[in-house]
Amino acid sequence: MLGTTVTRGKEKAAQGRTWKIRVEKRLEAPAWWNAVVPMISITLALLFGAIFLKMTGYSPIKVYTIMFKDTFGTRYGITETLVKASPLLLSAVGVSIAFRMQLWNIGAEGQIYVGALAASWVALTFTDLPAYIMIPAMMIAAAFAGGLWAFLGSAPRAIWGVNEIITTLMLNYIAIFCVEYFVYGPWRDPLSFLFPLSPVFPKSAWLPCFGNTRIHLGLVFGIVAALAVGLLLSRTKWGYEIRVIGENPDAARYSGMSISRNIILVMLLSGAISGIAGMCEVSGIIHRLQAQVSAGYGYTAIIVAWLAKLHPIGIIIVSFLFGGLLVAGYSVQIYGIPADIATMLQGSLLFFVLGVEALARYRIRIIRSSPEPAHHATPGVARKIT
Amino acid sequence: MPQKEENIIEMHGITKRFPGVLANENIDFSVSCGEIHALLGENGAGKSTLMNILSGLYKPDEGEIFVRGRRIQIGSPRHAIDSGIGMVHQHFRLVENFSVSQNITLGMSTPRFRLDMTAIEDEVSALSKKYGLQLDPRAEIWQLSVGEQQRVEIVKMLYRGADVLILDEPTAVLTPQEARELFATLDRMKATGRSIIFITHKLDEVMHVADRVTVLRGGRVAETVNKKDVTSRQLASLMVGKEHSAVLPDKDTLQSEPVLTLSDVTAYGDRGTTALDGISLEVRAGEILGVAGVAGNGQRELTEVITGLRRAHSGTISLHEQDITNKTPLEIINSGVSYVPEDRYGTGIAPNLSIVDNIILKSYRSRVTSKGPFIDYDAAKRQAKELVERFQVKTAGIHSEARLLSGGNAQKLLLGREISSDPKLLVAAYPTRGLDIGAAEAIRSILINQRNQGVAILLISEDLDELIRLSDRIAIMFEGKIMGTLNRDEWDIEHIGLLMAGVPDIQDEEALT
Repeated sequence: MLGTTVTRGKEKAAQGRTWKIRVEKRLEAPAWWNAVVPMISITLALLFGAIFLKMTGYSPIKVYTIMFKDTFGTRYGITETLVKASPLLLSAVGVSIAFRMQLWNIGAEGQIYVGALAASWVALTFTDLPAYIMIPAMMIAAAFAGGLWAFLGSAPRAIWGVNEIITTLMLNYIAIFCVEYFVYGPWRDPLSFLFPLSPVFPKSAWLPCFGNTRIHLGLVFGIVAALAVGLLLSRTKWGYEIRVIGENPDAARYSGMSISRNIILVMLLSGAISGIAGMCEVSGIIHRLQAQVSAGYGYTAIIVAWLAKLHPIGIIIVSFLFGGLLVAGYSVQIYGIPADIATMLQGSLLFFVLGVEALARYRIRIIRSSPEPAHHATPGVARKIT
Repeated sequence: MPQKEENIIEMHGITKRFPGVLANENIDFSVSCGEIHALLGENGAGKSTLMNILSGLYKPDEGEIFVRGRRIQIGSPRHAIDSGIGMVHQHFRLVENFSVSQNITLGMSTPRFRLDMTAIEDEVSALSKKYGLQLDPRAEIWQLSVGEQQRVEIVKMLYRGADVLILDEPTAVLTPQEARELFATLDRMKATGRSIIFITHKLDEVMHVADRVTVLRGGRVAETVNKKDVTSRQLASLMVGKEHSAVLPDKDTLQSEPVLTLSDVTAYGDRGTTALDGISLEVRAGEILGVAGVAGNGQRELTEVITGLRRAHSGTISLHEQDITNKTPLEIINSGVSYVPEDRYGTGIAPNLSIVDNIILKSYRSRVTSKGPFIDYDAAKRQAKELVERFQVKTAGIHSEARLLSGGNAQKLLLGREISSDPKLLVAAYPTRGLDIGAAEAIRSILINQRNQGVAILLISEDLDELIRLSDRIAIMFEGKIMGTLNRDEWDIEHIGLLMAGVPDIQDEEALT
């Protein structure tokens, strides 16, 4: 049976005809929907951005052309896109596994920072290690730190039911301040002319790059992580538990799964992956610790994960798209257009994807019927719109 | 079509379609002034749909409705009540922290400005006295029992001037005694010339209160008859289309060993009140122990305490003399307890996961279904196919989502999964609630089958007929206590009903009345 049928809009008796607009819930979304919804959303987001550009006096077509050409039309644009996509990909995979269990880990940003911090500690302390030990050691340290940070947010949730959105969010600021403490204080490079930078890492602590580009091994880590998490969720017992808990915690409890234990474990994994994202930034790009490790990757990752509907392959694709958007934002700056246009596009993308998806659950029917009150409720012409 | 004067309601040729279902097909239905008209039928026969059309919630696809001889269109519940038709739904539509009087006036367009609550309260008391519906107009809804809340709904409709009152399965939530009071009220309303439409699937109620009966079957009218011209047996066959019953083979289970033993178990409910108050009972191998009682008297807490989902505050629970009190759900599952929970979509299955994923919900840890850390999905699919076939679960395929299953098929899947682990004890809470007769019968014969194979079954139900048919013994629960346990040869409905209402002995009831 149909749950509710909302009838909106007044009946308009014009020219002897009755018009009715009905908004009703779809029982099931058609299969082609998954492909069409993102297309519509992207178009709407671009239109929305165009209105803003127009209002501020830029030509939307020109700006979009520049953005597209500089990002996907040049070698530099493409490699930079991949560079930006790497941390997004890793941390989006990290948050997505928590989201799968309805655990709202908003702390990827903080987990990136502590990951970077721990990796830097290894690189700056054990300077003599050869690369084949140094890199894995940095990764382990970063994963451990990110996991610990997520644990600090999830333990209160597992034990007392404290809302993890608040704890993980607040821990972000603590992580950022910790990094600042070290780069302004004990780890400041004496040669940095008082800039908040640590000394440059030894060469053995640099992630190898592809050819002469800035694309580093972190991209491979990201793709591997996405595939591994995909396998974990769809094939393993643990992944099965995560899916059941995410869909119906009561059924999970009923079948003997421990929810607290899974909250802790999933958050450890989620934080560890974001921690590695932080390590890749310092080890692959900056080669030292600085006050700003991440350009908000941990937050953007949340949008990426949602847009991809938490699907690992989707996350890979959306990460590249968003990496491209970041690069496009920088490229239009040269023409005096604020880079924030890219951020705004990201925001409106999420907005329209969520909006279109919610609307797609309904359909609108226009019912035209004869002037005589429809005691037989002649369906007349029923036209589906969306 | 000519209208008879005395018919306050006439519905002609009503047809209503839902996607994939023809809920009502060319239904003719009429109610005369001052009659109690029972609308009888199984779940899914189209009773509620027809009445939702009359009360303005749905619009019919075809057909016409006459009220007092005038053809009208009922566009909304407000429109219905303006025409004198009021419906009391199975799920009440009341605001918990408003008073009775506030709820009764809520949404009314008069008075426009000043609310004189005292005057309204006086009117409400006068109305409720007139019909014998005891109510305190100042009490807030959350303080009231379910039976009292139902009275609020009835008074609400009377206050708004309903001449025709539709009651959707009103006794489902009442004790037999409360139900009797309700019937007395209905008689009083009839005497004042009001008409009552009474939706039910309980034959004894029909025989008790109705003047006329319309039996619906599969969305069509099977027949409309005067009560005095039929027997309940005839009505039953009209309703079902055929007579049926599964009979419990006699078996002497009194000698067999106890599987589950509870002694003096107490536990708290969700709100911290005592939900189980010193429960002692045992379930033996190869028997069905039925637990009767009005829902909300501790049945859910009882099942949860046994399955480890709720902590026992004191007392002990043992399975084959092994203490399982406050063990984790997993330990209890592993010791051989299966559980069909009350809320099948909310607890028993994960509705958005596939049928395969739902079938391995309890077995995914086992060696058969997994290899190391991985789930062996080939084995899982085989299990799913087998189970779907064996229990005749109708599905679009084992990879479709479980939420797409109908109630009966979801329950077959759930019960099938629970018994496929060869349990020693099966706890089944309301396993046939909301199912159509065919599915309910299938579920019942699975339960009987399990009993005959030596499984100990704790069956909780609010359907007394079902308990009497299936149980070897019946324990009656009231306010967290076991009021008594009766063997097959010592029970009668009246006695069980009294115990359900908390009256411990027949003599006491006589003293009360």
